[in-house]
Amino acid sequence: MKAMLAGFVLIGAIAVGSDFALDYAGFSAQERNSGAAVRLN
Amino acid sequence: MPRLIFAIVLKLALLCGLSAMAQEATTPAAPDRSATGGAQTLDDILARQRGEPIDDSFRSMATGDPNSAAAMADQLGTLGGQSDPELWRALRYNSADLRVSAGGEVATVLVQDGGMRWLSVRQRPLRTYGGGLLLVTIGLLAIFFVLRGRVRVDAEKTGRTVTRFAFFERMAHWTLAGSFILLGVTGLLTLFGRVAIQPLLGKEVNSVLLIGSKWIHNSVSWAFMLALIVVFVLWVAHNIPNRLDLVWIRQFGGIVGKKHPPAKKFNAGQKLIFWSVILFGASISVSGLSLLFPFELPLFAKTFTILNDIGLPNWVGYGPLPTDLAPQEEMQLAQLWHAIVAFVLMAIIIAHIYIGTLGMEGAYDAMGTGEVDEAWAHQHHSIWLEEVQEKERAKPQEAGATAAE
Repeated sequence: MKAMLAGFVLIGAIAVGSDFALDYAGFSAQERNSGAAVRLN
Repeated sequence: MPRLIFAIVLKLALLCGLSAMAQEATTPAAPDRSATGGAQTLDDILARQRGEPIDDSFRSMATGDPNSAAAMADQLGTLGGQSDPELWRALRYNSADLRVSAGGEVATVLVQDGGMRWLSVRQRPLRTYGGGLLLVTIGLLAIFFVLRGRVRVDAEKTGRTVTRFAFFERMAHWTLAGSFILLGVTGLLTLFGRVAIQPLLGKEVNSVLLIGSKWIHNSVSWAFMLALIVVFVLWVAHNIPNRLDLVWIRQFGGIVGKKHPPAKKFNAGQKLIFWSVILFGASISVSGLSLLFPFELPLFAKTFTILNDIGLPNWVGYGPLPTDLAPQEEMQLAQLWHAIVAFVLMAIIIAHIYIGTLGMEGAYDAMGTGEVDEAWAHQHHSIWLEEVQEKERAKPQEAGATAAE
């Protein structure tokens, strides 16, 4: 049971971590699909 | 058999609307269009409505010629050698010389009629056959359960247990399992939300579920891919097929009948599940990566080129597969492939969940606590149990020998 919970916690951690990491690396949809003339922030 | 499987896969691919393109090589000679001055005839329109392949190069090539344009001061010179219908045809067939300020080459495709073929496949056959496969699998398992009942442990339980899976193995399994279930559920919500959720709960609820599903599907996929690699590394050595598997298959693994064939750590059925998860999971991951990073990782033009070079489409009576695909077409094919393979893997995993919980007494313990009763281990994995006990017996002797030294 502990292994199952640990696995589920790991899923959550990887999901949140990957979302932040990809956003930080500039892989958000808005970053990839907007022209240089568009100010995103 | 491989030829049959390839034929089925190719047929599915051709359902995506590739048939028209793949069979262009066998298109009959162009009809006489002199009466319309080279424009399409009633026969062309009727053939298209019947879904027959037609050679429409008479339209796709009629896009004007700027090089032979009249001088600016001459009659029609302002058109630059290209009339409005010719310009629209060039846009329609993606041959216009376009420049865009944002979006790159992808944004230069203004009309992509393959999108309608993708939409119709996604809306009908994918939902019908995919959903049907899952329902049929559940139905067959229910019938099997009624007829066969639970696979019980024949001998009296000993009360002594052996460790079947260590903590790390179980954690990797549950990471893979949990992420796959999340991906499966969110994938199904995405595919069926509009037809199953929206009529019952309304657009707002469906919208919230879809937005959440998209985030979960995109983010949890990384956990699935990581766990897939870990599980492969952990168990591949135990899943190499051997002669024992033939015995297991001949006796239906004891699931049908009363025999209990010998097995090592994994029996033939578990090996089948393992390789299905690895191969289908890898295929889903690759097509998923292509979808996660749109237009960055096109797969199908390259794959079709390789298949054409090998000559596989000819084996099943088709012309060469199209290798000149628009970026959007690549995404559409990746989405369909992703969903088709995912449906197959979901059906397999439903069977796996059944045998690991309802179908077999004591099976869940192996992944729950990691400890299984010796009677269970002897019945289902007798050779593995002997190996484990052999190691256990050797341990005190080694410890004793070390102490004596």
